[in-house]
Amino acid sequence: MDAYLPYLLCLVLFCIGIYAVISKRNIIKIIIGVIIAEYAVNLFLILVSYKAGGRSPIFSQTQEILPEAMVDPLPHALVLTSIVIGLATTAFLIALAVRLYGKYGTFDNSRMRELRG
Amino acid sequence: MITESTIPLFVALPLAGAFLTVLLKKIKGIPDTFGVMVTIGTFVMSIFAVLQLEIGQKVICNVGNWGGFQEVLGKIVGIQLVVDGLTAFMLVVVNFIAFLVAVYSVNYMTRYTEKWQFYSLFLLMLAGMNGVLITGDMFNLFVFVEIASIASYALVAFGTGKRELEASFKYAIMGGIASLLILLGVIFLYSNTGTLNMADMTRILAGGDHPALLYFVFALFLTGFGLKAALVPFHAWLPDAHPSAPAPISAMLSGVLIKALGVYVIVRIFYTVFGFTHEISLVLMTMGAISMGVGALVALRQWDLKRLLAYSSISQVGFIMLGFGIGTPLAILGALFHLFNHSMFKSLLFLDSGAIEYEAHTRDLKEMGGLAKKMPVTNGTTIIGAMSLAGIPPFAGFWSKLIIIVAAVQANHMKLAAWAVLMSIVTIAYVLKAIRFAFLGELKKQFANIT
Amino acid sequence: MSKEHDRGMTISVKPGTRLTVGLIFLFGIYIILHGHLTPGGGFAGGVIVALSFINLDLAFGGEVSARIFAKGSTSVVEAFGGIMFLALALLGLQWGGFFDNFLHPDGEPGMLISAGIIPLENIAISLKVGAGLFAIFLTLIALQKFESEKK
Repeated sequence: MDAYLPYLLCLVLFCIGIYAVISKRNIIKIIIGVIIAEYAVNLFLILVSYKAGGRSPIFSQTQEILPEAMVDPLPHALVLTSIVIGLATTAFLIALAVRLYGKYGTFDNSRMRELRG
Repeated sequence: MITESTIPLFVALPLAGAFLTVLLKKIKGIPDTFGVMVTIGTFVMSIFAVLQLEIGQKVICNVGNWGGFQEVLGKIVGIQLVVDGLTAFMLVVVNFIAFLVAVYSVNYMTRYTEKWQFYSLFLLMLAGMNGVLITGDMFNLFVFVEIASIASYALVAFGTGKRELEASFKYAIMGGIASLLILLGVIFLYSNTGTLNMADMTRILAGGDHPALLYFVFALFLTGFGLKAALVPFHAWLPDAHPSAPAPISAMLSGVLIKALGVYVIVRIFYTVFGFTHEISLVLMTMGAISMGVGALVALRQWDLKRLLAYSSISQVGFIMLGFGIGTPLAILGALFHLFNHSMFKSLLFLDSGAIEYEAHTRDLKEMGGLAKKMPVTNGTTIIGAMSLAGIPPFAGFWSKLIIIVAAVQANHMKLAAWAVLMSIVTIAYVLKAIRFAFLGELKKQFANIT
Repeated sequence: MSKEHDRGMTISVKPGTRLTVGLIFLFGIYIILHGHLTPGGGFAGGVIVALSFINLDLAFGGEVSARIFAKGSTSVVEAFGGIMFLALALLGLQWGGFFDNFLHPDGEPGMLISAGIIPLENIAISLKVGAGLFAIFLTLIALQKFESEKK
């Protein structure tokens, strides 16, 4: 059972993020929802590489290279890329939120009524 | 011309253009020059790619000389860039539209400040789209999808009015969730096959059977890329985002972005990586038919010209997905032909709507009227594009729709064929409405001084 | 008290920032230059370098960085980083392929000057990330200032 707990945590985090995006009216909270969901996915990506008792896949002169005893390094590189992409999206969303606040004087989604469905 | 070492240029040229535009923004005329030159370059290269590829041939580039299929510790390493027939076809579509849009923007974008920002984002978007087309690696695909998407979010907000910002926010949130689902799908595939290379993944998936996982990944990819392609349950962002962008970008988004990021990737993943099965065919056909119907019927009651065109895009993407869903060779031919046609005429119509907006300063069909006398060229091109969209016989749109319908009849999907015919008639109705209100009728007083 | 002292945070923050900001900056440079030997590299190092400038701005008010950088220079630095990275990738075409490691392809484990173009690419990435992140920060505080002036 214990082995499944981290995966359960990912699921819960992802659901919290999606819930925030769907149900909240404040656009800052929506952005936070996207960030939470994104980190749930990143956590899952890291968990994929996990190996019981494995050590970090870093090359150094004092240690032998034992591919069997190391965790899978590829997801670590992928998660870094994914974090960078998330950073770009988040920065853009926050800039948009600030501009929207300037136009409407509120972060409330329901009072932004320029678009119709 | 199309060899191992020229494939990366499809991405590298637009990227270099984007950075150089920022670096040299002080010099007058630089953004326009780079925008046009780069798109000419990639367009010429894509033409060569189509001419030189033989049927069934693949050109593969191993990035960083990592050796592609060489195994390191039992695993395949390195990123591959692949150009095959479908890729070369899509490259021509994307780069041709990009070239036309770049030329159109030289004049149109003068009414916005900071032209260099526009061209820089435009070239970034082009780099992302070309990357999506040529990559042979799952995670790389995700990265390029994100590059193109983020550039397009920014371009939708380019006008920085209330409408644009709101549309862009909606688009960015939905696009962000779509990207998360795509990434989740990629992770599931990686954890079960141990590879990210598409060709290798195909080989492994064909060998073993793990249907429960595959269906879950199907659902994730269908939702994620369906959102990018604006198929109907996931279309809510498109009617806001596409009209809000500047006209050249509307043309780019509706003409090629939803196809490169949505339709092409769905076809690539579902046809080549997963293998085409009966269930996939059923799902794609259903989604295509629903998109077709909803898009056309909602377009009928739109009064905003660009919004009408945006809903029409949803409907036409539905046609394309229907063709791919049927899956017989004739249907695929029809779908590809319709994809090409739709890129052409929808970009043309959006550029025309931009010309109308440029002169008449309105997008509301009720306020227009009689523009045919004042804008004869725009009138002519709009009618050509609209007739092609409506499927009037001599124009290309008719033949591609006919092929899809014939293929549906041949594959014994009579109801779908009838539905497609019905929706083509609805298409004629909304196209005629747009032309009637914009170009025919009495000339309104406020347009008397348009020259 | 001169006007200089009114800006930014309180008196207890400023000396601390003065002491640490140089160290943070140097640590960023270290991470960038050792990117091919230890965990970290261009992205992480670039973020740390950008953070050292952001620290300065937060502690002493938004005008400090304006004295160091001309307006709009962040985008130039960022574009330069991008061009440098792309140029290194394209130079590889001359010798064998896109992103081909044409200097010292084999390298020596643990040596600072080895690994061919990877350290150079780390420097390019760090320029791009550092300037980009700092530009994002500047944009956000500029927007905020714009809002508060309007009220």
